[in-house]
Amino acid sequence: MIGASKIKQYSNVLEKPLSKGKQEVSLSAFAFLFSELVQYNQTQVDNIAELERRLEDAGYAVGARCLELLCHREKGNRRETRLLGILSFVHSTVWKVLFGKVADSLEKGTEHEDEYMISEKELLVNRFISIPKDMGTFNCGAFVAGIVRGVLDSAGFPAVVTAHFVPMEGQQRPRTTILIKFAEEVLRREARLG
Amino acid sequence: MAPAGPRSGDAIFASVERVNAELFTLTYGAIVRQLLTDLEEVDEVNKQLDQMGYNIGIRLIDEFLAKSNVSRCTDFKETTEVIAKVGFKMFLGVGASVTNWDAEGTCCSIVLEDNPLVDFVELPDTCQGLYYCNVLSGVIRGALEMVSMKTEVTWLRDVLRGDDVFELQVKLIKQVPEEYPYKDDE
Repeated sequence: MIGASKIKQYSNVLEKPLSKGKQEVSLSAFAFLFSELVQYNQTQVDNIAELERRLEDAGYAVGARCLELLCHREKGNRRETRLLGILSFVHSTVWKVLFGKVADSLEKGTEHEDEYMISEKELLVNRFISIPKDMGTFNCGAFVAGIVRGVLDSAGFPAVVTAHFVPMEGQQRPRTTILIKFAEEVLRREARLG
Repeated sequence: MAPAGPRSGDAIFASVERVNAELFTLTYGAIVRQLLTDLEEVDEVNKQLDQMGYNIGIRLIDEFLAKSNVSRCTDFKETTEVIAKVGFKMFLGVGASVTNWDAEGTCCSIVLEDNPLVDFVELPDTCQGLYYCNVLSGVIRGALEMVSMKTEVTWLRDVLRGDDVFELQVKLIKQVPEEYPYKDDE
């Protein structure tokens, strides 16, 4: 072709160089987009459980892709095989890249062996959202729960992940807790690995 | 103290809170995927994306006017310049330029070289008619409608379809005079 164009044309998206991940958009752009996601899904469902499930599914796709991207970029393609390893990856690396800070806390559940909790004072996605009383315990953090589930599932740690509001004393807005309940096979494998 | 003049897009972008563009990109991808699964028809998805963009635009304009401190634009040319230089920079962190003015000054093109919505995206053969970034055209249309301008926004060039840049054509249909919601006499 005579006269090369200004921008190099990549025939395949896989050949494009991977960005460093430093680019940013405004918080309001993301907030608007997320609100449209929730509003659209509200028109498609009849009840809250369905709505949470749809948000989770949307988040799942984000999480799966996040894992691939971050494993390659941040960790040099090393794979996590231990439970604590993947949990701290989610708690620190994933949170830092997606939300700009590490999660507030990572705790092990006291009642059940297979439960872990990641807590956040104010989830980014919930910042501009208020839940009307008639929606009960609905939490838009289901999107983030979906992201975590996507990351864990793609890394080989199947789990059930849900988001819950935990009211805190002395604070107006409740804290959000992402509850991770690992599948049987994960615990058995972990026990075998010692 | 004299009122502050209009701020540049870079200055505003540096002062607002920001999030990682990849979260934004991946969330938008999840939305488009959900729409494709639900609606299945590419045209329906295009329309839905435009509608979503419209809903965003009518609210985005308030924030834009509040943060950017621009004075009233005297004509459509100034309006599109402001959208390209300040608006896109402020929300998406990318610059855009305005080209291709027609003789009457009612139709122009906004060219985006960089677009955070389409990182990592490739259109499969089954979705060739999809305007992946149609939400942007809805946003511009909605925002301008709230400042009394009826416009038509279409895509001329799309990187996902093989072109080298994103080009949006913005055409002013008419200026709607502002209507007051009440009558003075009553």
